[in-house]
Amino acid sequence: MSADVVIAGAAETDEIGRLPDRSAFQLHLEGARNALADAGLVKDDVDGVATVGTPGPVQVAHALGITPAWLDGTSVGGASFLFHVRHAVAAIRAGLCHTVLVTHGESGRSRVGAPPRAFGRDSLLGQFELPYGTMGPATMFTVTALRYMKETGLTHEQLASVAVAQRRWAHLTPRAAMRDLVTVEDVLASRLVAYPFHLLECCLVTDGGGALVITSRERAEARGTRKPPVYVLGSGESAESPIISQMEDFTTSRSFRLSSQAAFAEAKITHGDVDHLMIYDAFAHVPIYGLEDMGFVGRGEAGAFVAEGHTSPGGRLPMNTNGGGLSYTHTGMYGMFAMQESIRQLRGEAAAQVPGVELGVVLGNGGMFMSAATLVLGNRRP
Amino acid sequence: MSAGQPTEAVPKAVPEPTPETQPFWDGTAAGELRVQRCLACTRHYFYPRPVCPHCGASDVEWVTVSGRASLYSYVISHRPAPGFGDGGPYAIAVVELEEGVRMMTNIVGTEITPDALRLDMPLRVVFEPRGDVHLPLFEPADEGDR
Repeated sequence: MSADVVIAGAAETDEIGRLPDRSAFQLHLEGARNALADAGLVKDDVDGVATVGTPGPVQVAHALGITPAWLDGTSVGGASFLFHVRHAVAAIRAGLCHTVLVTHGESGRSRVGAPPRAFGRDSLLGQFELPYGTMGPATMFTVTALRYMKETGLTHEQLASVAVAQRRWAHLTPRAAMRDLVTVEDVLASRLVAYPFHLLECCLVTDGGGALVITSRERAEARGTRKPPVYVLGSGESAESPIISQMEDFTTSRSFRLSSQAAFAEAKITHGDVDHLMIYDAFAHVPIYGLEDMGFVGRGEAGAFVAEGHTSPGGRLPMNTNGGGLSYTHTGMYGMFAMQESIRQLRGEAAAQVPGVELGVVLGNGGMFMSAATLVLGNRRP
Repeated sequence: MSAGQPTEAVPKAVPEPTPETQPFWDGTAAGELRVQRCLACTRHYFYPRPVCPHCGASDVEWVTVSGRASLYSYVISHRPAPGFGDGGPYAIAVVELEEGVRMMTNIVGTEITPDALRLDMPLRVVFEPRGDVHLPLFEPADEGDR
């Protein structure tokens, strides 16, 4: 058997955005149904299930009538689904299972059937961060940015330009939540959420889901899957601190660096090979860190790179081409959507299609620079 | 609740110590900032845990530190957490103690504006009672304090 593992099915829920009539669990199942249909497979083809903590892989498998031979409940934030893909590739290569369903569903906005947002007063967060008036990621994930700005010279205007660039992609994307073009001035005039971050530099909060079907190339060919396969050419994962105050250097993410180095090395690619890039963007500074930590630009260069339009439509490194978490959708654990857009681009079926995409890279962030996974995906057989 | 009745003030979040963090909270209650130091590699570390993250040794001690720090980074929150609604925007900061460890805190005793809050400015610890514990907060220090 060859070592080639492919993404044979990929789909989002029918709708994303504000879905008060669907529970998080329903969104998982809807994503699963759509991904299986996309692959042209049925539930009995699946023998592995991976998803995050709630509802978890047992419930997803049971609800779908799947008898799993392999489970992965890795739950390390919004990048978890990239971890699942990496783990599924290894499991399929090792013969532990042959076809894995990775599901995401989250009622991030409507909170229907969603787990409570509670942290114990005795947890690390509860003892050493929450008492200082943190209010979710907007007041914590963002706390690194002023240090980065001081050390690299990133300007407020450059930070705002991340939102501007991504809105240009969202403008071309009918499913994106926010599609009106904006200027740097508009971003800086939006209300302050947590200085230096304005509303338009913070991600959306939405409902939605999606799923992937992963199998060996040989099995996909034997079963005659519907869509051209997307090859998983390399992957990497790492983690750093469970609470952001303990991140070792506020100007660079160790797990971004290490997961990307591992993925690039396994795929044997260099930065010049990459046609398309997705970097998890919960807040505008995250793609700035990602561009530098992955090595696409030098230290302190990412702000100018984005502001000059190199990641925008027509630019030399198209990035976050669905509009990203800032403009497309952000259910809370956005990683599934970053992968979906990468796959659409590689299949040539994206709304804002970039011509000639053969190699894409996805960087997923988990928590607040807590964990990261990177995937190198391609549409050509390695 | 009927109209016109005063609403009860929403309390700020109160941390609940665990066995490995209790010495830290005992310190703040005594007006001291205590962190751990590794007896093997002599480096300080924070948050409290029984193993040195630098060298892996379990031979560690609690020490009282100077309380002198500098401002490493911050945000000014415009979305008040429960209990934080009255004082206007507030600074959620990460400070670096002169012993090299960092912790999240609030900056007090100064105007909460980007102009007043300069990165690397000197700070010193103060303690605020909160429920049954005391929290370490930081206020500007004179340069001479360093």
